[in-house]
Formats: sequence, structure tokens, C-alpha cells
Amino acid sequence: YCYPISLGGAELLFDGVKEHQVTLPSQSEPWDMKQLLVWIQRNLLKERPELFVQGDSVRPGILVLINDADWELMGELEYQLQDQDNVVFISTLHGG
Amino acid sequence: MCQVDEDYNGQLDRDEVLSFSKKCVKCKEATAVLVIRAGDMFCSGCFKEYFVHKFRAMLGKNRIIFPGERVLLAVSGGPSSCSMLNQVQEGLSQNAHKKLRFIPGIVYIDEGGALGLSVEERQRTVDELQSMFKATGFPYHILPLEEVFDLPSSVLEESSPSSEQPDITYKAAVDHFIQTNRNCYLSPEKQADLTGLNIQESHTHSLQQIFGSIKTLTAKEDLLQTLRQHLLVHTARSKGYSKLMLGDNCTRLAVKLLASISLGRGAQLAIDTGFSDLRYGDIITVRPMRDYSAKEVSFYNHMYNVPSVFIPTLDTKTTDKASVLRLTESFVTKLQAHFPSTVSTIYRLVGIINLLYMYICEWFSMFIVCVCVGGGLGLVVYKQGGIVCGQKSLEKHLYCYSCLRLTSFL
Repeated sequence: YCYPISLGGAELLFDGVKEHQVTLPSQSEPWDMKQLLVWIQRNLLKERPELFVQGDSVRPGILVLINDADWELMGELEYQLQDQDNVVFISTLHGG
Repeated sequence: MCQVDEDYNGQLDRDEVLSFSKKCVKCKEATAVLVIRAGDMFCSGCFKEYFVHKFRAMLGKNRIIFPGERVLLAVSGGPSSCSMLNQVQEGLSQNAHKKLRFIPGIVYIDEGGALGLSVEERQRTVDELQSMFKATGFPYHILPLEEVFDLPSSVLEESSPSSEQPDITYKAAVDHFIQTNRNCYLSPEKQADLTGLNIQESHTHSLQQIFGSIKTLTAKEDLLQTLRQHLLVHTARSKGYSKLMLGDNCTRLAVKLLASISLGRGAQLAIDTGFSDLRYGDIITVRPMRDYSAKEVSFYNHMYNVPSVFIPTLDTKTTDKASVLRLTESFVTKLQAHFPSTVSTIYRLVGIINLLYMYICEWFSMFIVCVCVGGGLGLVVYKQGGIVCGQKSLEKHLYCYSCLRLTSFL
């Protein structure tokens, strides 16, 4: 399964790379957002994890869009990923 | 304390939000894609309408920008100011509903000198922004922060008015404008041709020295903010603009509001965070993005491909406790995540304080750094704080308490 992930403003923590094509290892249950975050923290996040994740979820101030829709409407952490789902993380804390 | 209209009961329970129908609350047809505040879900189309309408309504309601006026847009490259630029572009276009009628210009201040960025990095950012500005067709000015050393000492004085402004009401001005400009639109001014930043190395060095000598991040941020503001006002004045538009969004202003109280700038809250800021006299500062939350701006920019440039600043990648501003930001955003009416509640304070502020404006003289009113108040605090034992140095009377603390770090 392949998921394009892109970062708006948060790319500083990911070596400056904005777009990532992520292929998650297959497992018996479908991947959900909670697991994706753990995966991202382990495999993509290059520094300062506390600026991106907080506990189980993303740090407040980071907007998460799944297929261009607010993840709050999709169940947030419980949302189960489907093949080719596009996930965007936008840092709303930066810039004015 | 403050009265809040919303009922908190439903908001802590996440499940309730999810079990609502996911249709847009406005058109009730299309699927909702964004949640603003609690329970307000919009589809993409309705959200765009709401976003655009809010901008025009903000300007129209406040009636402070007259037709044909020259307005300088302060763009930092961040999402809010770029969104503001985008809205101005859309608003001025021929077929816009409730067309905007002023003449815009853009200004960008490169703060790389204070941040210790290399000339190449700065030039790269400037090039990116320049291509963005060129695409708008508006005249633009790109200045390094180093120019702050060339500011005349009279930056606080109003420039003499070049022409007599007739004393007409807003409505009359609009009517007059429509009649005389029935068939033509405001042609944008010729774009300035810039080939790069003119940075004097000695100035950069001085700038770095100043910032380097400041021990706390809080004081650095404060100084940067002040220098930037002075340079913006000077630019507006010297290039003949009468209004300055800043892109501060609602979230940022709420944070600024609380942080200001911590920093001893409580007396200036209203003008620091209100819609219009009249402290400079001839240049009026407006904040049209003030009712947009950071989330709304980010979402809109993403959905409608509004370009912005990511530029690191003093508190990039710093910890939560690095400065007062950072801590307040962290506090507000975390609270906002669970209590969506946090920001709007903080905001309502401003309206109340604004009324009080206008009242005291009459009697006190201005401080020179923050250009805020309250000379009398400053003296009282000053004496009580026992900073100077009975001595009245003229210089110290010119600073408010907060700026005085700031300069003690220099």
C-alpha cells in the first residue's frame, strides 16, 4: 500500500523534504492514523519529535488533511488508511 | 468574568461531533471537508465563499480604506499575509463581487540579518518571493532589515500632508469614486525593477551584534517586532502610502494579546491587536485577517493553491519554554484543541479594552519605542518599581515599562 504524504511548514523536521511517498509494511489489520504517526516518528522524522507529535496524536497546531478533508471529519486517529490515500500535515503555527 | 454564548457540554465529547451528519451546514448538499469551531462543517465551495466574503465584509464594515487610496501590504511570506495578498488580488479583479477599490503595493522585509542567515540564503528567499510578487502585478518593495539604521530620527513624526484631504464621509467618497470611474478600473502601478538586496555588510554586522547581545529570546523577538514595525511605517510614509495592511490572523493575535499582558504591554493591547491602529498619525495600520483562525487560512491556502514561502524566524524549532511568546502560543493552541472557543473568547476582550483605551488616549504623551500612549502611567509604575531612586532622567521618561525592560538587555 502506498500513501503520498506531504508537509507544509513541518518539512524542517523531515530533512527539508516536503513530499514523501510512503509504503507501509503489510499487516493483518488495516493501518490507521495512529499507527501511521508512530511509523512516521520512527522512520521519517529526523529531529525534534516533540514539535510534531504529542502523545498519541499530532501536536496541537498541526492541521491534518486526508484526501483534502479535515481529519476531524474522518475520525482522526481511528481513521483507517486506504491505498493511495493522500495525507497532508500543515503547520498552522508558522507565519502570518 | 467574560460571558460566553456557547454551551460547553457537547464539545468535550468527540464522538458527538463524528455522529453528526457530514453534510455542509450551509448548502446541506455537498460533503463537508472542514470543521471550523465546533460543529461548523463546510464543504469546499461554501468555505471559499465564506472566506472571501469575510475579507470584503471586514474592509467594507470598517470603512477605513477610501477608494483610490494607496495601501501597502506587508507580506512576510507566511500563510496569513500571502492569503491576504491573494484576497486583495481577487478583490481587485474586474469581475469581483463587491470589488475592492484601493491601489495596493507590497513590502517585504528581509530579516535574515538578525537571524544570522547567509547572503545566499537570503537572496534565495528574496528571489522566490520576487517571482510571487511579480505575478501579482502590484508594485513591490523588498528591503533588508538593515535599513533600520538609516531611518530618520523623525520616524515618529507624521509627514506633512502633501495635499489637503477634503473632509468627506466614506459613503460620499465611494459614490464620487463610482461616478468618476464608471468604466475604467484602477490600473496597477508600474512594477519596480529590483535586482537584489542592497545590504551593507557593516549594518548586518551591527544588527547581529545587537541581537547577539540580547540574552533572552523574548527580548529579541520584541526588538525584532519593533524594528520591523518602524521600518514598515517608514516605508509606507516615504513611498506615499496612507495605509498599511498587516496579515496577523486571529490565532496569532490571541497569542499576542496574552503574551503582551505578560510582557507589561497591557495598556497597548487594544491597538496592538485591534483592527485599526492609529498611533502613527498619518499612517493607519489595518489587520483584515484578524477574524481568520490559523486553521482556516492554512486550509484555504492548501485548497486553492495560494503560494507562500516558508521562512524560518527567531523561534523556529525552539522548545515550548524558549520565550514568553512561544509558551503562550503553546498554551493557547493546546487549549484551543479541546475548547474551540478559546481564541474567540480571548478576542472579545479586545473589544472591551478598545473602548477604555480610546478614553485615556487624550491625556498622555507617547513613548518613543512602542509609540504607545501612556506617559503618565509609565511614570507611576516606574517610581513604584523603585528603578531609579528619586532621580528624573529625561531619557527614561520616554520608555514605557516594557520597553524599558527590553533596553536593559541591550
